[in-house]
Amino acid sequence: MNKTKLLVLCCLLALAGAAFAQATPEEQAMLEEEARLAAEEAALDAAAERDPSAPDPAPAHPELRPVLEAFGGREGLDRLMDTFMAGLLADERMGPFFANADQERVKRQLAEQFCVILGGDCTYTGRDMKSSHAGLGIDRADFNRLVEVLQVAMDAHDVPFSAQNKLLAKLAPMHREVVTE
Amino acid sequence: MTPRATLPARCLLALALSAPAGLALAQSGDTSDGVGGKLLLTGGVTQVEGAAGGGLTPWAVIGGYGTRDQIGANAFYTRVDVDDYALDSYGVLVGFHDRVELSFSRQKFDTQAVGGALGLGNGFTFTQDTVGVKVRLFGDAVLEQDTWLPQVSVGAQYKRNDQAGVLAFVGARDDSGIDYYASATKLLLDKSLLLNGTLRLTKANQFGILGFGGDLNDDYEAQFEGSVAYLLSRNFAIGGEYRMKPDNLGIAEENDAWDVFVAWAPSKHVSLTLAYVDLGNIVIADNQRGLYASLQVGF
Repeated sequence: MNKTKLLVLCCLLALAGAAFAQATPEEQAMLEEEARLAAEEAALDAAAERDPSAPDPAPAHPELRPVLEAFGGREGLDRLMDTFMAGLLADERMGPFFANADQERVKRQLAEQFCVILGGDCTYTGRDMKSSHAGLGIDRADFNRLVEVLQVAMDAHDVPFSAQNKLLAKLAPMHREVVTE
Repeated sequence: MTPRATLPARCLLALALSAPAGLALAQSGDTSDGVGGKLLLTGGVTQVEGAAGGGLTPWAVIGGYGTRDQIGANAFYTRVDVDDYALDSYGVLVGFHDRVELSFSRQKFDTQAVGGALGLGNGFTFTQDTVGVKVRLFGDAVLEQDTWLPQVSVGAQYKRNDQAGVLAFVGARDDSGIDYYASATKLLLDKSLLLNGTLRLTKANQFGILGFGGDLNDDYEAQFEGSVAYLLSRNFAIGGEYRMKPDNLGIAEENDAWDVFVAWAPSKHVSLTLAYVDLGNIVIADNQRGLYASLQVGF
């Protein structure tokens, strides 16, 4: 039974492959759609890999929706992350942590995480804070330095200080998973 | 008596003298190594007897910007210029691993013309040295934002006054004494608000400037001290404080003290605090109000 199914699937894939070999613009769009679905699936896999003992890395706070607006929504968060990542890379203490990271992915997942926490209609596709920081040797000063670089970035994007603090209040307890030294 | 008009001028002069040092330090930025890892202003400023806290009262925070892996330190100079008196206080503190704070400071209380009126001579000055120790028991005022649990510390301040003869004359029982205190500090980050409550066991008259214990009372009394600070930005905080004081001397009523302040920390190396302070009645001079200015430098 299973073998038959597998065989049929292979044939279908082979046929599909042949068809895509001469992709029209329409088919190209389909390909992109499939790639997007695959990425989403990978994200679900990442979620499945989460340490069940770790707290929710992106607890939603619908009451913070106005704060998300103060950040300029998801688009505002994406713009913020460009500045934030640039700041991290330029920082003596933070740079080494991010220089060899997949920076685009980190930026996307941070924007997702902040968006979910601030009650936005986003999906966080990253891992939990414990798994994602294990073995990085992060100490308190590192943690606080990241907060400082984030504060500078938020200032640069004219996020009101009170709104900054409402987000930071939700992020601060994550020191328990992030700080391992 | 010092004319009122000159008080702000004198404070401005003190600030003008200290500003260049502050600005020079401010420009060195806060990104270099050797700077503590605590967030800006979360080490507090230095209170009048040398402990990290507000202006009048100690907080549960450990002074300096050192985290639990680091050592922080700072030095401060404070000038309080009220109607008929002036107080200069200066000292240093070291914070070890966000756990223990040691401080040494000196308070010089200038009686100005009141000294003359009392037959002590114009400008008669009481000098008090204070050695302080503070230990953080538990909690983290800044990072533990999903709980109401504050940071809690206990501390002691040993004070010794150099005018034993005058103190005995006014009715004080001792020229030295130890204050014991417990402080709880909590940053309510989502409200940009910092709260502190301190309970102090003390016999000190006017912070110890007029000695310890007196003819009316020579027992330790619990006094409450409270601070509220609102964070306007990373660099600016405004707030107010209240400090209860005992009333041990029959010769003169002693009142509680309060202040409203603005603190500015352009970098972790420097902070400047300005306050309007009310120390109440001090001996024969009632309603002692005026300006408080404090400069702190450190890392």
